[in-house]
Amino acid sequence: MKKLLVATAIAALMSTAVNAETIKLGVILGYTGPIESLTPDMAAGAELAIKEVSMSGALLGGSKVMAIRGDTTCTDSAAATAATERLVTADKINAIVGGDCSGVTTAMLQNVALANGIVMVSPSATSPALSTIKDNGLFFRTAPSDARQGQVLTAILKEKGVKSAALTYTNNDYGKGLANSIKTNFEKAGGKITISAAHEDGKGDYTAEVGALAAAGGDVLIVAGYLDQGGKGIIQAALDTGAFDTFVLPDGMIGDSLPMAIGSDLNGSYGTVPGTDSPGAAKFGDMAKAAGFKAGPFSSESYDAAALIMLAMQAAGSSQSKMFKDKIMGVANAPGTKIYPGELAKGLKILKDGGEIDYVGASAVELIGAGESAGNYREILVSGGKNTTARFR
Amino acid sequence: MDDIFNALILLSNFVIVPGMAYGSQLAIGALGVTLIYGILRFSNFAHGDTMAFGTMATILLTWALQDWGVSISPLPTALLALPFGIACTVVLLLLTDRLVYRFLRREKAAPVVFLIASVGVMFVLNGLVRFIIGPNDQRFADGERFIMKAREFKRMTGLSEGVAFKTSQGLTIVTAVIVVAALFWFLNRTRAGKSMRAYSDNEDLALLSGINPERVVLITWTLAAALATIAGVLYGLDKSFKPFTYFQLLLPIFAAAIVGGLGNPLGAIAGGFIIAFSEVTVTYAYRKFLAYSIPGDWAPEGLVQLLSTDYKFAVSFVILVLVLLLRPTGIFGGRTAS
Repeated sequence: MKKLLVATAIAALMSTAVNAETIKLGVILGYTGPIESLTPDMAAGAELAIKEVSMSGALLGGSKVMAIRGDTTCTDSAAATAATERLVTADKINAIVGGDCSGVTTAMLQNVALANGIVMVSPSATSPALSTIKDNGLFFRTAPSDARQGQVLTAILKEKGVKSAALTYTNNDYGKGLANSIKTNFEKAGGKITISAAHEDGKGDYTAEVGALAAAGGDVLIVAGYLDQGGKGIIQAALDTGAFDTFVLPDGMIGDSLPMAIGSDLNGSYGTVPGTDSPGAAKFGDMAKAAGFKAGPFSSESYDAAALIMLAMQAAGSSQSKMFKDKIMGVANAPGTKIYPGELAKGLKILKDGGEIDYVGASAVELIGAGESAGNYREILVSGGKNTTARFR
Repeated sequence: MDDIFNALILLSNFVIVPGMAYGSQLAIGALGVTLIYGILRFSNFAHGDTMAFGTMATILLTWALQDWGVSISPLPTALLALPFGIACTVVLLLLTDRLVYRFLRREKAAPVVFLIASVGVMFVLNGLVRFIIGPNDQRFADGERFIMKAREFKRMTGLSEGVAFKTSQGLTIVTAVIVVAALFWFLNRTRAGKSMRAYSDNEDLALLSGINPERVVLITWTLAAALATIAGVLYGLDKSFKPFTYFQLLLPIFAAAIVGGLGNPLGAIAGGFIIAFSEVTVTYAYRKFLAYSIPGDWAPEGLVQLLSTDYKFAVSFVILVLVLLLRPTGIFGGRTAS
């Protein structure tokens, strides 16, 4: 009996001996708040990558990776900062997948990540302001800046022959950044934005907003808001009063709950959401289905965010943010072997043997500028009460 | 001639009809607040969440009725479930009175103690509603959605502007008229109503003349529960039900009650409409309206919007501050708004 105990103890020691550790990744997203209907699938995406790497045993001598969730609330910077602070100081996370909405992401970066030297990779913060923010090389995003979304939306509007549009945006960093980008791009292309008005989320009554938008008029109404919040209220009120028939829906408005809530009146509206037709996207869709969640908006970006962090760790040979932060651009871009979702173990092995990889992942990741996705978009057309893919851009 | 009609229709569609419906909802809510203030003598901060609770109870029965195939189409099923919602809310309010307020009443606690206690009740109800039905949007409206669609109106009249009139808006306005008439009849014509007003005017004198205070309290809570549930269900039918929005409704409702004069039922109704219309009229862009009503090419280039819609909520609070500065007891002179 005693021998057996000793043997087990030795075996246990052996298996953890080769500098293996438990790496912790914070998955900090808005589990409550305006995009709470999207975040479960986003977190599931990140955790799928974490599980894949952990099970493979190929990362840093067989290290295990653990996900710890934290809530940004999407809107409350103080709450997001506190949650991040707790995960960094108490749980000692090595890096962050998050945050989600641009305002709280900025707060998390400035208040916690910079002070503690922690790498953050956001799957969904899209404000143009984050491109130029001081980040000490710690901040990356697998989502493109909204400056790019403005160009794509303008191209779609031009193709559809839209000459004038009314624009309303949710009153925060995301909404303002996106609205500015749409307005400048559309006007540069010869279109006319008749009004650009903010709306507050969480109110019951949007009569006044819709009244002003209707008075300004336009071929379509662009709603740069959130589908669970004011964005939905505006569309409902605009349809009820007959002010607009067609709506243009940027990424914050794309989700299954919107066509379901509004019904057939939304048919014919169109929009964009980050996405790609690269083989990685289809593969990720299958993996998500097998794992029991939906490859919804931003869930592939979340998978890629977590994957990039772990691949960079492998490339640097360290789980410390200050060591691997310089490797993220390298593993994300060419040259090297292309790595798709489900092939993380292969990527880790190539890196371990000193090779190079070009992580393509689920969202065709190509990091540009200060470390943000170049941006592939899926053009959405609402038809038959569902979001359907019109084409990729 | 068509132009004048177009201008009027435009204004009705975006200002008058929505303003009337929103004003009615605020008015019924403010009536509940003002009744409790007048008779129980405290500002009940739990009123918004009482509305949420009553609406929740109504929604749950509505869903059950929909499952059983019961319907009163073209009217929404929720109207059938409304009495049940009111009954649940009455039970809830009487329970909170028994557990919280009765003790304070016996202690002869200061109004501010009641107020703080009601904030506590508010948080408990807040949690209770989220616990039972969840924090998300719930849809429970069914039946015919429109009395008049904007497009149909255009076709019928040949005008270039249309007016949309939702069933929920029509219901709201009709219900508000019935509720207000019934409440005034009750307060002015029945024995119980008279004893309530006597109790409100002078508590000691009312006690001396043999009015049973517990009975007055019981009736007040029952009325408050009915008003809160009706306001909540109407609002939910017209917009949508979400606990957080109901919590936020507390502000405009209190603004309405204070503007009209706390404790004065007539003031609560006027206050509701003042708040609702000021939000809509000040932020409306009048360009199209002027384009129709001014002859020739004088139509303005700009939007002719007094304030951007960002300031919508500022408007009602500016009115609130002005009223408190100029007429601290409210436009219709309630009790001192302390």
